[in-house]
Amino acid sequence: MPDASPLFRGWQLATVAAIRDETPSVRTIAFSLPQWTGHLAGQHVDVRLTTDDGYQAERSYSIASASGSIALIEITVERIADGEVSPFLTEHLALGDTIELRGPLGGYFTWSPEIPAPLMLIAGGSGIVPLMSMLRTRTKAVDRPPARLLYSSRNFDEIIYRSELDRLVATKDGFSIAKVLTRGAPANWSGETRRVDGEMLAKYAFPAAEAPHNFVCGPTSFVETVADRLVTLGHQETVIKTERFGPTGEKR
Amino acid sequence: MPITRGFKGKRSDADAAHDRIPPGQYVTRDFPVLTAGPTQRTPVENWSLALQRGGQMLAHWSWEQFEGLQQTERTTDIHCVTKWTKFDTRWRGVTIDDLLKAAGLSAPPTQFVMAHCDGGYTTNLLIADLLDGKAMIATHYDNLPIPVTHGGPARLLVPHLYFWKSAKWVRRLEFIEANTPGFWESMGYHIHGDPWREQRYTGDA
Repeated sequence: MPDASPLFRGWQLATVAAIRDETPSVRTIAFSLPQWTGHLAGQHVDVRLTTDDGYQAERSYSIASASGSIALIEITVERIADGEVSPFLTEHLALGDTIELRGPLGGYFTWSPEIPAPLMLIAGGSGIVPLMSMLRTRTKAVDRPPARLLYSSRNFDEIIYRSELDRLVATKDGFSIAKVLTRGAPANWSGETRRVDGEMLAKYAFPAAEAPHNFVCGPTSFVETVADRLVTLGHQETVIKTERFGPTGEKR
Repeated sequence: MPITRGFKGKRSDADAAHDRIPPGQYVTRDFPVLTAGPTQRTPVENWSLALQRGGQMLAHWSWEQFEGLQQTERTTDIHCVTKWTKFDTRWRGVTIDDLLKAAGLSAPPTQFVMAHCDGGYTTNLLIADLLDGKAMIATHYDNLPIPVTHGGPARLLVPHLYFWKSAKWVRRLEFIEANTPGFWESMGYHIHGDPWREQRYTGDA
């Protein structure tokens, strides 16, 4: 019987229980965990991989699945071509394999449905992952605050969770989505086709007067732009929560 | 340790400088930006730095006055709790030793400090982690003013601890009577944050 305290954040052996390809370069992996006491939407886990000669690599990944589930958690991983860990997770890890995992981690970039404020989610690329956990958590809740997602992808085939997002919109439960493609769109595309800017935020984000909670996740330059424009639009900084990732291009 | 089936790893950087990489870290040549909210933009005309104990102001510098204090250059490795380590970063600023000297303090008034920043960020530190040349208020990175995304006009630099302790946009060092958790330290991150002991999260040794 494992010693499962509610605050357990030590390493545990997670078993791959399901694998699902989201896009050509993005894969969702579900893990079953011996000691998991639940998480908040927006939190992450650390994973640790060990070679046969003892070398270890650690990385953090946002949890994609809804809060409240105890048996399984899902992460969604984008393959970085020259990466050390993401190619292994997205190409080699197989059903039944085990890796070390700890969590849930992080307590600021989190959301729960008890927050009645409108929920504004703004994602660039794989920045959708922790926001998807929030949307899935919202869908499971009885009382759902209004929610909007502004989601920028490079092209149509790189839209992660595309069909699930469309299904969520179709339920007409107060959730809407504005999709953005920045590197070319199909002929029948009805969404936006330029980088997210202040004008787009003014059009799709909840107005500051409605005091929404804003969660912004994506590449550094994307998040910098969006967070700055939200401030300009009058949103309080304490309700603009951000997670930045990826290269900044600053090598000096 | 449980071996991960089929994992080979990529160790080009690690092989070259293994003893400079704390456990669980990887080397990047980039300079990632991590911030919980919007980037703060305080022009130097509006910037000041205060030393304080309780409600009492111990010292206060405008930007111009701060630039006039003894400047120290330092090249050091930095380690972010999000796993990246960056070698040989070059900084310039005022060491906390020199700051206390300039404030006329022969000894620190308490053993604990809370750093307060524009945007409301805080982080707690032991004074022992700030003195003897271990830390500075940095204003320059690589011979240029620190970019705002990296904490300019001034940030704490405490490179022997995880980089969340090197608070961006620092404005006030408050001497406190007890070791009280700051922003991340109250949200599951380690109270001390030594990368060599891998003190990432609450409960780590």
